Amino acid sequence: MGIVSPGFHGRRRGGVQLPPGQYLTEDFPVLSTGPTPRVPVDAWEFTVTTEFGREYRWSWQELLALPSETPTVDLHCVTKWSKLGTSWQGVSLDTLLEDVETAADYALVHAYGGYTTNLPLQDLLDGQAWIVHRYDGDDLPAEHGGPARLLVPHLYLWKSAKWVRGIRLLDHDEPGFWETAGYHDYGDPWREQRYQGD
Amino acid sequence: MARTAVSRRLTWRVARLAETREETATARTLVFDVPGWPGHLAGQHVDVRLTAEDGYSTQRSYSLAAPADGDRVELTVQAVPDGEVSPYLTGVLSAGDPVELRGPVGGWFVWRPADPSPVLLVAGGSGVVPLMAMIRAHRQARARTPVRLVYSVRTPADRYYADELRRSHPGLDVTYLYTREAPGGSARAPGRLTIVDLDAHGWPAGSGPDCFVCGPTGFVEKAAGILINLGHAAHKIKTERFGPSGG
Repeated sequence: MGIVSPGFHGRRRGGVQLPPGQYLTEDFPVLSTGPTPRVPVDAWEFTVTTEFGREYRWSWQELLALPSETPTVDLHCVTKWSKLGTSWQGVSLDTLLEDVETAADYALVHAYGGYTTNLPLQDLLDGQAWIVHRYDGDDLPAEHGGPARLLVPHLYLWKSAKWVRGIRLLDHDEPGFWETAGYHDYGDPWREQRYQGD
Repeated sequence: MARTAVSRRLTWRVARLAETREETATARTLVFDVPGWPGHLAGQHVDVRLTAEDGYSTQRSYSLAAPADGDRVELTVQAVPDGEVSPYLTGVLSAGDPVELRGPVGGWFVWRPADPSPVLLVAGGSGVVPLMAMIRAHRQARARTPVRLVYSVRTPADRYYADELRRSHPGLDVTYLYTREAPGGSARAPGRLTIVDLDAHGWPAGSGPDCFVCGPTGFVEKAAGILINLGHAAHKIKTERFGPSGG
């Protein structure tokens, strides 16, 4: 138990289990590091590059033509807020990676605007990750990553790269933007892996 | 980017409240003594953990309001109505009381006195806090790069650090943009930030300034969009946001 701050009582949540150090919010706060990229959908593309340099590409129309799913998931941001039961629509990474030939263990996700983030490839598979383009019944707003973002809700939200542009498959773990700046390479909220060394 | 902030594990430290300053009717600066504090850069933030007697605990992130000063760490906290943490920090926590704190966190939204570019700081409301750390670092280091602060705030009574910013220092230029109520005699009618404001009070894009924008999401979206329209390069615009959530 931590050091007690006298007179602090806090606000207990009834029945809701959150990861350690998180609090509940009803808003959808926005976090990013620079201006919001504006990516027209007719110029949008998503690429997967394997460790051998082979490229797979999808245009916006090709993405929308794939079978989509409608996950409802909880979000946990490393800045401490959690938002429960968010509804999305998009294409499972299982679908996108189905015909991709790779033996890679890691993925480096990159985004329009230059953002990057890393995670093990297996965390993108088995129904755990999507390229989403709709949120709460509407097109995904640019400030929340539209036209499309990665959604990997079992990891802290910085892994769910907004304005996603592609994924490089790698045989080694290469730290991304926040990971290079001291944030955790994996980022499991239930193990409170916020920073390197956590 | 070098992995400088990484090698060391961020441990929780006990921070005791040493002194406070009221900034506005609802915002308070808290100065903590944090033995063993490793130092930080202007613009970084810390995590604060509060624990109740029954072991319940919660955490929040707050920007550092001043550059590193030995074991002294300074935050400015805005009381969020109905918040869980900020009313405690601004109203209950007393001199000598402990909280836990770890950091510094964040290596992107930072300014270093040796950075050669002119600096444009664009603040919306309580978003001025990490920018004030940059201003103080600039003054402390007697940096030669000129700094402009454009500070959007509802009324004169909502300004943080008003006396200190009035005194100013060489190389610092401050412009207030009032959104609700301006002092008598102001040339600019109260209103939200526009392209005219940043064109007049920022730096021309050609001088290649480092731009730091901090405030609520709508403000940051607006300000960053204006800077892009004025020709500033996206990679020269760093943003940090204070959502309405939290508390």
